[in-house]
Amino acid sequence: MLDFPKWKTWSMWATVVLCLLLALPNALAPSTLALIPDGLPKSQLPLGLDLRGGSHLMLEATALDVEKAKLESLEDTVRGELRSTEGGAIAITDLSLNRGRLTFTVTDLARLDQAISLLNKATAPLGVGNAREVEINRGSVPGQVIVTPTAAGIAAAIDGAMAQAVEVIRKRIDELGTREPTIVRQGKTRIVVQVPGLQDPEALKALLGKTAKLEFKLVDTAADPEEVAQGRAPPGSQILTSQEGGQVVVKRRAIITGDQLVDSQVTTDQNGAPAVSFRFDSTGGRRFAQATTENVGKPFAIILDGMVISAPNINEPILGGSGQISGNYTVQTANELAILLRSGKLPVELKVVEERTVGPDLGADSIKAGIIASIVAVLAVAGLMIMTYGRFGVYSVIALAINVLMILGIMSAAGFTLTLPGIAGMVLTIGAAVDANVLINERIREEQRKGRGVIASVETGFKEASRTIWDANSLNIIVAIIMFLFGSGPIKGFAVVLSIGIATSVFTAVTIVRWMVARWLTNARPATLSI
Amino acid sequence: MPLKLVPDNTNIGFVKLRFIAFALTLALTIGAGALLALRGLNLGVDFVGGLTMQVEFAQPPALDTLRGRVDRVGVGDSALQEFGNDRTILIRLPLPEGEEGAVQRVVGKVRTALEQNYKGVEFARVESVSGKVSDELITDGLWAVGLSMLFVALFTWFRFEWYFGVSTVVALVHDVVVTMGFFALTQLEFDLNIVAAVLTIIGYSLNDKVVIDDRIRENLRKYRQMDIKQIIDLSVNETLPRTVMTSVTLLAALIALLFLGPEVIFGFTAAMVLGIVVGTYSSIFVSSSLLITLGVKQRAAGTEDARAKGAERIG
Repeated sequence: MLDFPKWKTWSMWATVVLCLLLALPNALAPSTLALIPDGLPKSQLPLGLDLRGGSHLMLEATALDVEKAKLESLEDTVRGELRSTEGGAIAITDLSLNRGRLTFTVTDLARLDQAISLLNKATAPLGVGNAREVEINRGSVPGQVIVTPTAAGIAAAIDGAMAQAVEVIRKRIDELGTREPTIVRQGKTRIVVQVPGLQDPEALKALLGKTAKLEFKLVDTAADPEEVAQGRAPPGSQILTSQEGGQVVVKRRAIITGDQLVDSQVTTDQNGAPAVSFRFDSTGGRRFAQATTENVGKPFAIILDGMVISAPNINEPILGGSGQISGNYTVQTANELAILLRSGKLPVELKVVEERTVGPDLGADSIKAGIIASIVAVLAVAGLMIMTYGRFGVYSVIALAINVLMILGIMSAAGFTLTLPGIAGMVLTIGAAVDANVLINERIREEQRKGRGVIASVETGFKEASRTIWDANSLNIIVAIIMFLFGSGPIKGFAVVLSIGIATSVFTAVTIVRWMVARWLTNARPATLSI
Repeated sequence: MPLKLVPDNTNIGFVKLRFIAFALTLALTIGAGALLALRGLNLGVDFVGGLTMQVEFAQPPALDTLRGRVDRVGVGDSALQEFGNDRTILIRLPLPEGEEGAVQRVVGKVRTALEQNYKGVEFARVESVSGKVSDELITDGLWAVGLSMLFVALFTWFRFEWYFGVSTVVALVHDVVVTMGFFALTQLEFDLNIVAAVLTIIGYSLNDKVVIDDRIRENLRKYRQMDIKQIIDLSVNETLPRTVMTSVTLLAALIALLFLGPEVIFGFTAAMVLGIVVGTYSSIFVSSSLLITLGVKQRAAGTEDARAKGAERIG
């Protein structure tokens, strides 16, 4: 064991130096860090939200909602395609969305085939092969068509909706001006949002929890009030609740939707109260102008997320492509609505299913307490080791210090985050490293007692202990990997540190200590060991 | 003169004590199990859903008034608890009825109610978990613990012999049950962090047992004529300095964390401290002696040779 080939020495120290370089940026001030040229390690280990404060939110979309949204967009496709086709619009009746499918009846049976082939063209095939997003079948009633989204179609719709939702959320959070938010999809229908150092998570949640689907629909003034009171709307119309109380019957088809908005700002209405202004793009503006020209004198409803905000009369055609929404807003709520309209609607409703918010003060307290405790813990370990094993204890402590720095280096370079459970993991890794050295040293003591010489004791000590260390740490790695795969949140953070730490502690506590011991034995040639 | 926590060449008859140890272990396990069944764990929001708020007040609030105000929000009975000092209160509310997003609305309502009634109130920590997510967290946690145990058993079986696997897992089950029993007794909150602690306890306790098992295997090969009871006693005694030294060192570090560390990891460190004490006990007194009951044979050690040599090369 005294024999340490040159290449081994070199590669060992090269590894150590590399990890130390990776850890170095953590000790530098941001100004110094900026001076480091690109290509050299300069990433610092980010602290988890539990340490620096911030909000962790998990949002979930209901798959059922996506299916519903998918059907609603199918409805638009059907109406749009059949209205503007050669040979004039194809008239349909009985359009309904039921049991996850869309059905309608073509009045003119002669044009049924044309309608089906139009829809076949309009709905997209999925990827390669024969998979389609919907199945189009004839129903039992003559002229009836049934459009059913396929499982693959629904999966693709969910996927698309979630990807779009991530973008919308990013825009909304950017509008709040928060620094470095993390927005990632998790699983099929979840999005995790992490915003560090946020003072007011309620504002964030208010922004994320709203779909912000803006629609303008004509009010159905012909509806029979008695029917409406019983919850029955005339065909082609629907009943919505109004923010001002009561119910409003509107045409199902929207004149225009928020998708065509290009801008939205806070403004004041004629009474000086906060209101929200909006502007359409050119097509939207034209369509709005046309619709308002055709319906002068009639009321239309401004609808946000299925709730009628107001239903003013169209006094004159609105030609400028812009307008204003007023209705009991404070400056704050008006601003919120403006942000929502600017960043676009969410394709699905998202609900906060998990929140973990840590105030910045608590985070700072935790760091302080964590550091003090760690220093005392390290001193206690170092003191015990040196008192017990003398020179060998000093070697172990040096190896321990290298170990901690290596963990920091690897974590910084790999882009992991240091959390509170992570620090606990680090302390336990130190335990594993200590144990490796205790095993070796105790074995050397034992061999000495059996009357072996210095070199023979040290050699047997390392050899026999290595096998045990190997066994024990393989097992710990298994446990750490399982924790990483199955654990969630804090357990994962803990497992990451533990896995890295087990590898580095075997390396430092066995290999590096052995190198130090070998050098000392070769140079000093001690006659006895004090261990 | 170097410090020695355990004197040289101890010769304690651990095997002789095994029936007392088994009885004690059984009693501890049953006792802890009964506590778990009767008193139950104080499961955190991670596992039952609902919300926890750590609120810092400018003045120590009157708990009864505070409870009244929180209860008036109307989602069920709140549980209040001082956390570290009398100005910091931990508020727990159960999972509200209704759909997934319901718990978030409660968070908002409680916030508003407190901000209106107490000047300078600060929300140091807010955690809310919906019913579906907490169910998933339970399942994940159970899988993680269960699979760890299973793989440990498989690994020890593969590296040693089946009876090592069995004795190790029996001892580990005892460690885990006793640790959880402690949480049932103290009603400290049992959350995800504690699951991490339990997994770590499994890891450490395992370490101890593997070290002793390794030595038993080595001695079985070395002293072919020796009685199995003597071999186990010898092995446990030989490894005793290491077992004690490692545990003491770890305990020193953990006790520093327990008393000086942040309040948030108190439960975690408490679990670790207890786990290490219990794990060390079960390594010394239970898992190795259990091998006798399981009928470890000298003959088995012979078949071990080839495999063990392979192991040495790896090490």
